[in-house]
Amino acid sequence: MRLAVLDEGHSFRAKLMFGMIRLFSGQRVVDAVKLVMYRPEFYGNPMKRITHEAMRGPSAWSVGDRELMAAYVSKVNGTEFCIKAHSAVAGRAYQDDARVSATLADLDTAPISEPLRATLGMLGKLARENTVDADDMRALLAAGVSRAQIEDALAVAFSFNVTDRLADAFNFTVPGPKAFAAGAKFLLARGYR
Amino acid sequence: MADITEARKAIVARILAGDGKASREQRKAAFDNAGLSDPLRTLIEKVAKNARTVTDQDVAAVRAAGLSEDQIFELVVCGAVGQAVRQNERGLAALAAAAERV
Repeated sequence: MRLAVLDEGHSFRAKLMFGMIRLFSGQRVVDAVKLVMYRPEFYGNPMKRITHEAMRGPSAWSVGDRELMAAYVSKVNGTEFCIKAHSAVAGRAYQDDARVSATLADLDTAPISEPLRATLGMLGKLARENTVDADDMRALLAAGVSRAQIEDALAVAFSFNVTDRLADAFNFTVPGPKAFAAGAKFLLARGYR
Repeated sequence: MADITEARKAIVARILAGDGKASREQRKAAFDNAGLSDPLRTLIEKVAKNARTVTDQDVAAVRAAGLSEDQIFELVVCGAVGQAVRQNERGLAALAAAAERV
């Protein structure tokens, strides 16, 4: 973590919680948790509300689909922590890690539905080029993606276009697979609140 | 449908208009990625456009210019949220234009 306050500047209550997490999960608290627990009234609390609604709120997309979108946007942004964290959640939600790794390796040949493939392509362009146009959206609608599904996908992208930037700017430590497996279990059970 | 409209407005209002260690003017400039001077300008430009290229030196230079870690925390958050808001608005505008004439 690039700022010392994000590593050890937390309130007593937050530090107590980090100790409990370490005791019960056997894993050190990951930097994503440290970020949202630092002065949570400024960033963590309002951001968790957005991420929980985007990832677990009502949607025609499954939780696995939305976690795959999070992993895919993070892949385009090049953010290793978030790619690994959300690949783990998507794989667990789908009960299919191979589908996730195939999608991140090659979107064109991935074993996913055409509406999801087209949607991921649009989210990738938005992350890469910072914009998309009406023709991109017409193509999605023609591929059978509903307007509500596009809005839901844009909400997921919003959340991860913020989170990825902060993970990279603050230089999140990337832990081993056990930490991400424990995190995935927690995020599927509890969401982002 | 998942609806983040109000929650998105709420975080923007919080980080720009609420209390903070950095001035409201500076938070708004970081959010807009406009009107900043170096070394903060370089840090926020990277956060907005290519965050994975941020280095320890970028942050150290901003510290050396007199900003506290808390101020840097706030301004980096503003820079990240601002860019994501602009992307989100462009996406929603493109969708609205496409839905008008499919």
